[in-house]
Amino acid sequence: MKINSVKIISLLFFVLSAFYLYTAHQIQVFAFDEGAPFNAKTFPIYLGYAGMFFSGLKIILPDQKPIEVDPTFLEFKKTILLVLTMIVYGATILKVGFFLSTSLFLVFSYYFLGERRWKYIIIFSFPFVAIFMYLLHGVLAVYLRDPLLKYIGIMG
Amino acid sequence: MIEGILIGLKTALSFQNLIMVMIGCFAGTIIGMLPGLGPMTAIALMIPITYGFDPATGLILMAGVYYGAVFGGSTSSILINAPGVPGTVATSFDGYPMAQQGKAGKALAIAAYSSFAGGTISAIFLLIAAPSLSKVSLSFRSPDYFGLMILGLTAVAAFSSKGNFLKAMMMCVLGLMLASVGQDTLSDIPRFTFNTMNLSDGISFVLVVMATFAMSEALTIIIKGNDPSKAAKQISLTDLGSIKVNKEETKQMAATIPRSSILGFIVGVLPGAGATIASFLAYGMERNFVKSDEKEKFGKGSVQGLSAPETANNAACSGSFVPLLTLGIPGSGTTAVMLGALLGFGIQPGPRLYETNPDIFWSVIMSMYIGMVVLLILNLPLIPYIARILAVPRTFLIPMILFFSVTGIYLMSFNNFDIFLMIGIAVVATILRLYDFPMPPLILAFVLGGLMEENLRRSLLISDGSWSFLWDRPLTICIMISILIIVFWQIFTSFKTQKKQHV
Repeated sequence: MKINSVKIISLLFFVLSAFYLYTAHQIQVFAFDEGAPFNAKTFPIYLGYAGMFFSGLKIILPDQKPIEVDPTFLEFKKTILLVLTMIVYGATILKVGFFLSTSLFLVFSYYFLGERRWKYIIIFSFPFVAIFMYLLHGVLAVYLRDPLLKYIGIMG
Repeated sequence: MIEGILIGLKTALSFQNLIMVMIGCFAGTIIGMLPGLGPMTAIALMIPITYGFDPATGLILMAGVYYGAVFGGSTSSILINAPGVPGTVATSFDGYPMAQQGKAGKALAIAAYSSFAGGTISAIFLLIAAPSLSKVSLSFRSPDYFGLMILGLTAVAAFSSKGNFLKAMMMCVLGLMLASVGQDTLSDIPRFTFNTMNLSDGISFVLVVMATFAMSEALTIIIKGNDPSKAAKQISLTDLGSIKVNKEETKQMAATIPRSSILGFIVGVLPGAGATIASFLAYGMERNFVKSDEKEKFGKGSVQGLSAPETANNAACSGSFVPLLTLGIPGSGTTAVMLGALLGFGIQPGPRLYETNPDIFWSVIMSMYIGMVVLLILNLPLIPYIARILAVPRTFLIPMILFFSVTGIYLMSFNNFDIFLMIGIAVVATILRLYDFPMPPLILAFVLGGLMEENLRRSLLISDGSWSFLWDRPLTICIMISILIIVFWQIFTSFKTQKKQHV
């Protein structure tokens, strides 16, 4: 058996299924439901076994179509920066407000992906988000929480 | 039935719904055209918007997006040899060579006419088949439904996994596991919530779809560093040539379209098969039907080679609505997303939909046809302009997709936790995608999870805990045998490969 990334993912899935199965057994059901043919933990228990079965087979059996990804061709830096930007965006959207956090998210994302034409970066961030907000909030009457714009007095 | 068709027409032809079909087709074409983004992503991005409308309007918008995205996928196949969706891979076999010969406009027109004809013929089949099957499916019981759902999952895993059956089955189980998070529907007992209030309602369907499709597709494009805008320079996107089709070509298409439509529709109805298999089968069938001198042209810009897969993939799209509307069981990833959206509207598709919500049932069917007409008259003349979207640099495209995904979830929950959960699922999905773990089985399983558990619960309670319900009725036995054949055939193939490798 050859160890490759797919086998490692399968092994992780096996561990996840085992943990899921363990957690499924810990589900507290009502006393009168304990011996019932079906209760809240029956289906998850079967799922745990199914997950272990399929991932176990995947670990044992050879890959029909072995796939190896060459890490040198992967853009880790850009992807990680983008994910981090999204996390910061998610963390600030409620506190800072939709307009500023979204505009900054777009500006940083464009920049991290290699865009350097500042004219387009600005056009497709602040004005774009303002138009988008107007369409949602003003035209479609979809509520958008924005403490900053509320404080300034732009949004009601 | 006539009354139903009239109700459907009345709903679909209202001013608001007509506008929705147009917007849907247009938006779907643009999204579907972008390499890597298919109908599932297009529909996923639209779901938060549709919740602002009534169910019929929302579904009409989604049907428009669906057809638009399929059409858009063909456009990128023909123009830049980068199929937006697997269902349009076969289109590129002859569409791209035709475009290289300076006949891009003609290739797009043939694709549009074939899609229209395939969609029209299959919409008629759907019109006839759906009500009849609805009546038959009323006799289905919980064990049959449970069996059908497992059959749907295994079939999707077998057909969509391109030889990675076990990976697809793991994704099915993962989808079911995600669906089991939250309170149990009957007893309200919390499961896998880890004492977090945010998980007590379960994981939102939109969140999972956005994370596994829109977001992870965007991240996959970035991590793979593949730049669609570079590929777009291969063919001039400003001069596509004439879109006129001559008599000879029309004659060739006239022979191809009926047989490819029938094949596409039948394949589309089968769970798991879908547009990809339909288009490849139609391409192969057409190659066997034509004369030997025409056969030589296949792969070099044959009209029939382009028309057949285009007709079949559109016919299959309509066909895939049959199990969704009549049984409430989606046969493909895209219809699974539609099912999730329907459930979000509080509508349970199935045999009763035909009686309880005839306006929705019929308006979806009628809007499909209207969508085809809109695509033909609106998109075809606009294609030279829409095609320039293919040149949008990914530096702008990717952040926009991520922005729409995050905003979609934010607008639904106003909750940081959901955004973080979505990012987490998207990162995991991106890693899984890199190693060819298919996402459609995960979505299908996630959508079916609740229904599957419900039907298993009923079956086990009725049979007092015995699993004999699996072989009590002839229909259930047939379904179970089909499942066993698929599972054992796939595992047997894996063992055979192992043996070969040892030799």
